[in-house]
Amino acid sequence: MIDTLFHNLTRFSAFLILIIVAWIFVVLFNQSTEAMHAFGFDFITNDEWAPNVDKFGAYAAIFGSVASTFLAMLLAIPVAIGVAIFLSEIAHDKIKGFFGVSVELLAAIPSVIYGMWGLFFFVPILRELFGGMGIGLLAAGIVLAIMILPFMAAVTRDAMNTTPDILKESAYALGGTQWDVIKDVIIPYAKAGIIGSVILALGRAIGETMAVTFVMGNVHKVPGSILDPTTSIPVTLANEFTEADSSLYFSSLFGLALTLLVMSFVVIAVAKFYFLRKVRKAS
Amino acid sequence: MTAVQKRILINKVALGFSTLSAVIALAFLFWILGVLMMKGVDALNWNIFIYEGSPPGYPESGLKHALVGQLILVGLATLIGVPLGIMAGTYLSEYGKNSALAHTIRDISDIMMSAPSIVIGAFVYAVVVMPMGHFSAWAGAIALAIIMIPVILRTTDDMLQLVPGTLREAAFALGAPKYKVIMDVVYRGAKAGILTGVLLGIARVGGETAPLLFTSFNDNFFTTDLNEAMPSLTVTMFNYAISPYDDWQQLGWAAAFILSMFILGLNIIGRLILLMGKRK
Repeated sequence: MIDTLFHNLTRFSAFLILIIVAWIFVVLFNQSTEAMHAFGFDFITNDEWAPNVDKFGAYAAIFGSVASTFLAMLLAIPVAIGVAIFLSEIAHDKIKGFFGVSVELLAAIPSVIYGMWGLFFFVPILRELFGGMGIGLLAAGIVLAIMILPFMAAVTRDAMNTTPDILKESAYALGGTQWDVIKDVIIPYAKAGIIGSVILALGRAIGETMAVTFVMGNVHKVPGSILDPTTSIPVTLANEFTEADSSLYFSSLFGLALTLLVMSFVVIAVAKFYFLRKVRKAS
Repeated sequence: MTAVQKRILINKVALGFSTLSAVIALAFLFWILGVLMMKGVDALNWNIFIYEGSPPGYPESGLKHALVGQLILVGLATLIGVPLGIMAGTYLSEYGKNSALAHTIRDISDIMMSAPSIVIGAFVYAVVVMPMGHFSAWAGAIALAIIMIPVILRTTDDMLQLVPGTLREAAFALGAPKYKVIMDVVYRGAKAGILTGVLLGIARVGGETAPLLFTSFNDNFFTTDLNEAMPSLTVTMFNYAISPYDDWQQLGWAAAFILSMFILGLNIIGRLILLMGKRK
């Protein structure tokens, strides 16, 4: 009796995960139908977001999300790979341990704090260097890049560390320099893991809210340059959700949330099913 | 320049670049850590723990409301999320095993773990806040619990699988029913691992801000009423930091410091438990 009860209780809890995920999609879809009926496909392609006249186009926010994430990846990927090479091939053991502890420290810092640092310490420097407000796409991209860097570097280092020593030794025996070995043996061997971690970091960056809310500006316009203030989907949600005063406004915000969820779901699923699966098989 | 010299030069340049990128990365990261420490320690004093929020400019101003609110929100989320997460993990490891269904649930919860937390906030707003008609601690705790469950599920699943099958067989041989085997043998064997998962789950949601913005909302006053808006350290930090008032910004940094230390502590304890378990 208790046995069946326990079995069913655990089974219910496990199914609850599936139910919640499906429920999230259904709820966001239902809540955004009003906006979808009102704007149709224009919701995604129109960049006019004017709550005062009940016009809602998500293009600027989608553009901001994609552009800030792209910028962050552009900055973070080379540095992360450099850091990973440094840690797995160059650094002394003591530095490795020290770096490991630093990564733990940094993973523990809530993302609001990255935003606060960005606004008070980094944006003034950008303002000094490039003029303008300092707040904008570039600031968001850099703050995001710093946030995802430790994670990407750590996973890339782990992937590189799985390279069998005998492969490296045989390359050295053929007369390869350290860089030859890294470029022709280690990176190809760790490729799937590196790409997987990059895409996973990308998924995080798309949905990251607090770190960029401080430094992006929340201006619903496609920016003319990377120094201009703009917005992203999470920034719009964070800033406007509690201010929405019409049902169409609310519905449009839910439409944004649904768009964001679909974007990150696709990205994470690709990383997980395509790239990280290969890594698991290899290790 | 001979071919060999060229290769040696390229090698030096490439290794130099990766060392340089490590220096740049560490410089930025320590800049942020340094700011957090300096600003946070500077702003710490006893008033923070004694007084609740006040209007800017008022000297007797503290974070008591946010500290207590944060504990209530995270505690409530733990009460909801931990049993569900552990039971779901138990199902995967002890009943589902390698079935297609179990793998699907594992994959979905991995994806859930990386889903944008602000979307979870929007979802809870629609299913809890709208029907209730107002923001509440319950809504915030439910949002945090949804984020916590996949973390605990995955660690529980992994940790239970590490318990040797022979232990289970021995218990079965003595005639114990399955639930007793799981409760008394499997859970006992995986105790340290499960505890680590719980601590990491709590640490994961402890720093969440976005899903609280429109579920528990925020408040500048001390409250323990779960049906009302509930202040939290993270949202308070956000509001105070973007305020133009110097003393509020100071409190924001103090909150940032306290919260980071708390989350870091949980992470370290969790990993120590795991390490000690492995040494045995």
